[in-house]
Amino acid sequence: MTLTATHELAIDIGGMPILVRTDSAEFAALLEDRYGSFIHAPSSGRIFTLDIDLIPPRTIVEDEDVSVRLESGRWIMTRGDFRAEFDPRTGHGWVRQSPNPYSIDGVLRILHSLFLAREGGFLVHAASAVRNGRAFLFAGVSGAGKTTLSRLAPPDVEVLTDEISYVRPSESGYVAFGTPFAGELARIGANLRAPLAALYLLVQGPENRIEPVDPAEAARAVLRNILFFAHDEELVGEVFKSVFDFVARVPVKRLIFTPDARVWELIV
Amino acid sequence: MSCLMTTYVARSKQVAARMLGGEMMIMSPRDTTLFNLNDVGSVIWESADGQTPLDDIVARLCVEFDVAPEVARQDAETFIQELAEHGIMHVSDQPIGAEPPRQEPS
Repeated sequence: MTLTATHELAIDIGGMPILVRTDSAEFAALLEDRYGSFIHAPSSGRIFTLDIDLIPPRTIVEDEDVSVRLESGRWIMTRGDFRAEFDPRTGHGWVRQSPNPYSIDGVLRILHSLFLAREGGFLVHAASAVRNGRAFLFAGVSGAGKTTLSRLAPPDVEVLTDEISYVRPSESGYVAFGTPFAGELARIGANLRAPLAALYLLVQGPENRIEPVDPAEAARAVLRNILFFAHDEELVGEVFKSVFDFVARVPVKRLIFTPDARVWELIV
Repeated sequence: MSCLMTTYVARSKQVAARMLGGEMMIMSPRDTTLFNLNDVGSVIWESADGQTPLDDIVARLCVEFDVAPEVARQDAETFIQELAEHGIMHVSDQPIGAEPPRQEPS
């Protein structure tokens, strides 16, 4: 595919910049607005590229599931509102979509889930925040309270995301990165990274307290909340292994909380 | 599975499994279904080396869990059928190439 790419923006999530190229000034402005502090100047180092092929808006098949599969060494990604390809050997891909921020956001989530799977990391349905230089994850499905807890965060807490957390192993444990993948908070996270201190499984209840969680339950809970889209047996196995490594190294506890700012007194 | 022929079962080598907190967990790499194996399931899983006849596995279940052979066989066949549907257990009337379990240290 040949495009006249006149606008370039490097969207840097988790320290993995993806250079997005589009010939539409309007779409470039939309991306700048959407990704804010996650947009950097294009660097000369290793960088992935995505060319955007904008098509007119059409009726979106809302309920069409995302499909991610490897064909001839290239990742083929489709959903009702986009079609995309990415070649991990060249680090280059393209996205065909209408001018909207949701499609490219979906592609970025998929690509990062693929990148992380090779590195022992993952994307997980969890809010995350940094306090006193340490990161905390709050995992749960929709309605568990991720956005509520994020809204209640006191001023000394930096919210990394209220929806999808980005986790990668480091020499001394795990690091959580901020993401622009927002939930109901509708606000991108802080573009920060911090060593991960704990993961809490969110449960709303009549009071605020922390309970221990046995390792098997911890692994099950994290697996349930992992975002992984690809139909790829090898990578699924890698993610499975990563989750068990994670629960062996990061404390996982249950946070029972009532929607009250005092819950943050427990997170230190 | 017929009762008239010898049946062999084998773990798929594509499957990752972990024992954690005394609980065996395995995931179908095909559809990411997570299975938590109970004690009976764990014995079947460990025994499913492709070389041990199902009859021998059932006999082991009878001894270890003090159950009647017909109950043990029914349980084993149901369990194996479910795992086979997710591509994580192979069933054959011939011995199946030995596959060491990919269980990671817990």
